[in-house]
Parts: sequence; C-alpha cells; structure tokens
Amino acid sequence: MNADIALILGADGLAGSAVYLIAGLGLVLIFSVTRVIFVPFGDIAVFAALSLGAMEMGRLPAAIMLIGLFAVIALIMELVELRRDRAWRRLPATLLIWGLAPLLACALAGWATSHGPEGLRVIAAVLLAVPLGPLINRVALQPIAHASVLTLLIAALVLHFLLSGLGLLWFGPEGIRTKASLDGAWVLSEGFSINHQVLLTIAAAFLLAAAFYVGFERTRLGKVLRATASNRTGARLVGIRPRHTALVAHTVAALLAGIVGVLISPVTTIYYDSGLMLGLKAFVAAIIGGLISYPLTALGAVAVGLVESFASFWSGGLKEVIVFGLLIPVLILRSGLTTHADEAEEDEV
Amino acid sequence: MFCRIRPLRTVRSVLVLGLLSAAALAQAADLKVGVILPLSGPVAAQGLSDAKGIKAGMKFQDTVNGHKITVIQLDDASDPSVSARNARKLTDQDHVDVLIGTGGVPGAMAIAAVAHEAKTPLVSFTPLSVTGDAADWAKTTTQSAQTMISAVVGHMKRAGVKTVGYIGFSDSWGDLAYESLKKSADAAGIKIVANERYARSDNSVTGQVLKIMAARPDAVLGGTAGTAGALPYIALRDRGYKGAIYGTHGVLGPEFVRLVGAAGQGLIVPTGPALVGDQLPDSNPSKTITASYRKAYQEVNGEPPSDVFSAYAFDAWLVVARAAAKVPAKLEPGTQAYRAALRDAIAATRDLPATEGVLTYQPGTPYGTDEHSVVIVKLDQSKWVLLP
Repeated sequence: MNADIALILGADGLAGSAVYLIAGLGLVLIFSVTRVIFVPFGDIAVFAALSLGAMEMGRLPAAIMLIGLFAVIALIMELVELRRDRAWRRLPATLLIWGLAPLLACALAGWATSHGPEGLRVIAAVLLAVPLGPLINRVALQPIAHASVLTLLIAALVLHFLLSGLGLLWFGPEGIRTKASLDGAWVLSEGFSINHQVLLTIAAAFLLAAAFYVGFERTRLGKVLRATASNRTGARLVGIRPRHTALVAHTVAALLAGIVGVLISPVTTIYYDSGLMLGLKAFVAAIIGGLISYPLTALGAVAVGLVESFASFWSGGLKEVIVFGLLIPVLILRSGLTTHADEAEEDEV
Repeated sequence: MFCRIRPLRTVRSVLVLGLLSAAALAQAADLKVGVILPLSGPVAAQGLSDAKGIKAGMKFQDTVNGHKITVIQLDDASDPSVSARNARKLTDQDHVDVLIGTGGVPGAMAIAAVAHEAKTPLVSFTPLSVTGDAADWAKTTTQSAQTMISAVVGHMKRAGVKTVGYIGFSDSWGDLAYESLKKSADAAGIKIVANERYARSDNSVTGQVLKIMAARPDAVLGGTAGTAGALPYIALRDRGYKGAIYGTHGVLGPEFVRLVGAAGQGLIVPTGPALVGDQLPDSNPSKTITASYRKAYQEVNGEPPSDVFSAYAFDAWLVVARAAAKVPAKLEPGTQAYRAALRDAIAATRDLPATEGVLTYQPGTPYGTDEHSVVIVKLDQSKWVLLP
C-alpha cells in the first residue's frame, strides 16, 4: 500500500462514513424519542433511491402506491379514533396531515416524472420518502408505543420484511443506479482524485450534523425532543405529548432516509433489499454512540466507514465480518463503563 | 396361504394395467411436457425470459409423430424445494413424459434428483453438476462454465494478454469461475496476479479494485452475474484503469448493459451464437435455427429477443421435440417404455444445430456443447458485437 492508495481508500471510507452518519442520526433520533430500533430506515432510503431511478426511466415510482396504502390505513385509524373521542373539530387537521400532505408529495413526484429537470426529481424522491416515516409509525408503531423495547424491535423487523417484500413486488429484482447530481472529479494529484458526488455526500453530512446541533440547542422543538429523550414521564408531566414528538422524530428521520437514498443511488447499485445492510452498518455506528449520543454516533460512523474501506482492501471477502466485529470491543467497553441506570429508567415508564 | 393370494394379485395387476393402457389409448396420447420455471421470486427476471423461449418453442413445433405436444407449466417461485415438489407432482399425478426446467441452478439440481428417481428424462437450460447414472436422465442445453471461460482465455491469449486480475462474487459462482479461469490460464501460460472477491450486495469495491490495479494486470476478468456484476467495471473505470476487461456469460442481460453504462464499453464476454444471430456468418451451423427461433419469438411475444435465457429454453424444447421424433412409433406417450425410449433418444442427440451451439450428448455428463459453440462478443455502444 502506498500513499495514493491510502488516500483513495480514506476518501472512499469518508464517503461511506457520511452516509452512515446521516443514517445513524436518524436511528438515534427515533430510538431516543420512541425507544424503537428503526430497522426499516434503510428500506425507506431504498424506496427513495428506487423512486428516483423509476422517475429517470419515465415510470411513475411505485412508492406512491405504498404511501397510498399506508395513508388509507392511517386515515381510517384516525377517523375511528375521532369517532370514539367525538372530536370532530380535529377533522380538518387530520385530513390535512394524513390525507393531503402525503398526496402532495405523490403529486409532485408524478409531475416530476413527466416534466421535471433532474434536480426536481431528486427533491421529489426525497419528499416521497418523508411521508413514509410518519405513516409507518402511525399505522404500525403508535398503537404499540407502550410495549417493551424488544416487542418494538420485532415490530420494526417485521416492517423491514414487509417493505423489502413490497419493494421486490413493485420495483422488481433488478438493481438501479441513478444519474450523478454532480458529475466529474476533483483532481488533486496524478493518482488521486475525489468524485464530486463524494464531496457532496460529505458536505451534506456536515450540514445535517450542524443542523441537528443548532436544532437541538436553539429551537423549542429540539428542546421538546431532548426532553422526551431524557425523561419520557417528566416530559409528559410538563405537557409534551409523546405522539407529537414521535411524529416529529419519524418525519425528520424519514427526511434523512430520503437524503441518504438520493446520495448513494448514483454511486452504488441499489436493490430492493439493499436497505438492511445500510441500516445495520448505521446501527453499528449508533451503538458506538450508545443509541443516545449524537457526537459519539458521528465518531462511530467515521470509524465504520474507514474500517469498511480499508478492510475491503486487505481482505475483500471478510469485509462485513470485520465491520460487524467492531461491535464486540465497543459493547465490552460500554458495558464496562456504564452503570445499569438505563434499565431503572426503563421501569419507570 | 400366499399361494392362494398371489394369482389374485396378478389378475388384479393385469386388470389395472389393462385399464390404464386402455385409458392412455383412448386419449390418443398427447406428448406431455412438464415445464417448471421461476416466474416469481429473485430469479423471476430470468424465468420470464425462459417462459417466452418455451412459447417460441411451442410456436416452432407443437406436434411430433402425430402426437400433439401439450405443456403443463408450473411456477416454482425461485425456491428449490418448490421445484422438487412441482417435479414430483408432474411425474406422479400428471405422468408427464419429459421435464423441462428451471431457472436457477439449485432448483434444476432438485428437479434432476426427482427425474432420476421417477425415471423421467429432464432437459434443463442451466448448468447442472450431475454425473454417472443421474446424468443419463438429466441433460442441459447450456455450456459449462469451463467451456465458456476457456473460450475467453483463448481470446486473451490471441490478444497477447500475459497477466490477468480476477474479481468475482464471494459465492459458489465466483469460486467456479475462478477455478475455470485458473485451469485455462495455466494451460495458456497466462499468470493470475490478483484474486479478489466481493458480495453481491456490496456498495463499493474500491479496495479490491485498487489491489488489482496495484498488481498491474494486462486484463481483468469479472466472475460475476447480473446487475451486481456491473460494480467492478464501474470502479475500474473510476480509478482510471486502461487495460482490457473481460466478463463471463452471467452478465448478458439488458439490465446489466443499462447499468454498466459507459464503464462497460469494450467488455469482452463469451456467449452462445443466439445473441448475435443476425451477425453470424452463413457458415455457422446455428445460423438457420437461430433465424427460426427469432421469427417464432417475434410472432408469439411481439418483440425481438434481447436476452440469452429464452434461447437456451428454446433449445431445451428443440432437444425434446427432435428426440421425440426418433422414438419408435409403436410406443405410446404416457408409458414408462416411452419415457425410457425418449431418454435414450435425447442421450443419442448428435450434431443437433441449436441456437446456442451444436449439441452432442455424451454418457456421464449433462453438457452437450463444446468450445466451438462459443462465440466471443464485445460490448460496443451498449450493443453486443460479434468478434471474429
């Protein structure tokens, strides 16, 4: 290995890190607010990527059907609840959130398929992913919001299989690759250049991490989310509705998933089942952050990306083993360092 | 005691046999073909192409020796256990005379086991690793990986390649392709300087590609298949690799061509003649049958063929139809004697020009094509062009 190879591997690894960082932020956000290990995160990213690919081929993305399906179920559930509570004055808001908002994203995607320039399609693909988060949460996770972490994890796993199955049904078994938003490369020396797409990915990760920081430190909504994460019961006592925070967390996470989807689709081939591996590697990063700390998750993501890149050079076949092997020392360290206060907190809820 | 029952049993068996053969005669005995295809599941893209090839075959020839050929087609959902169950259903309930199928190698192997047991011949269109007695009942129309890759290595030798780097899947296909490459390359005096692997689901092969490029090979061979096989070629181009690129016949689908884009231009792969049927010289024995296949395909499917799988499936139909014509006329389809005679006729296939090469079956191996049936094609502006 010479310096050039190390530089190339480093750049490739950082591009991976950036993706795992964005995905890791989403996983930590959802877990800290709702206690769900959100396995289908990767599938939502895949849906965004495959939708973009479908739009580029001039086909209406099948994610519209998925959104339609979930929106109908969510609307029925909401209406049943309104009827039970006799709270018909909430009807316009309900229709707006669960009916009109998802419909708008679908309409934009439909329009972008036939008319839009590439940039608009990318935005439409991201916006298609956004309703998926809250809708999935409303239909499948909210009704069991008080179940144990294990039950929620199993429900999330089932959702993953459901989504990837639907992905196979609607997008087919073949992979796609979308057009690069930024073509070309930044040539630094004869043997070393960085693709613009890689720079874009890293920049996006930095921007989103900064937005997370500002959002949590400076805005009211961020503080509400932090309050829920640090003590759920306390947050309820001061008037924070867990439903509301869960909705916000899932919306933000789905937005992140959409961004991940359109960032990776030009550089890798995306299949209907690519989501699990993406989610699992981001999960390793999130575990390094203890599923609670954003800065540590970011560090974890950098470690996972770099290890993955260098492992593929040293031993291509054992790459995954090495990446997931990272978990073992991390778990040993963490269980040695932390006391078991988390479990006590868990009991109070 | 037994002596008293035995004659009774014999009488009963004779009666049943008589009834059965009477029933068989009354139907004027169609030749029943059991077709098993992966029409859903992960191999579905291939299965749908296979189904179109079988349809083209039915259009091409649907009667033999006065017997109408009827097809019972079942979907195995790309699942080998369903393939086996379907094969058993076809042999035990429907008493088919011959089996054709299926898309994936594991499924075809499962059917081969049932075919051997039920004494029903199988003609497949995927690689089969059966030997000895089982290979008498199971034949395939595809070339073995060794045949294909040795043809590619032959091209490398003619092009003056001295060193080759290998990157393949980290599964049995990647291993098989590597072993075939090693065998042929050793014989041709070409040195393998790198052997790298990646998983079908990987999203980057930068590390592996850098390692290959550090070894400075004259050419790189990808032991890959399908759309997942595009990744190494794209990574090689991104890293500024300028040498020759070779591939296996696993990448010959239109989806691969779309996905690999500019990075795959100049890619050299082996295939049977059908893919470049209209570019073949008149001296090629497959020229005539390929034209018939393309015509039948166009008529039943409303579009010209753009894949290789339908051609292999068409060949399987062709093998069955031509062998059935050689079965003695006194034998009726639906009987064990007919199935055995059909098996012998299939195994005795000699110099049959098919769309994917000239088929001659030998005892002890399921493959019927040799190196002469392989043509080398090059991807040029997203079209496969025949190389001399």
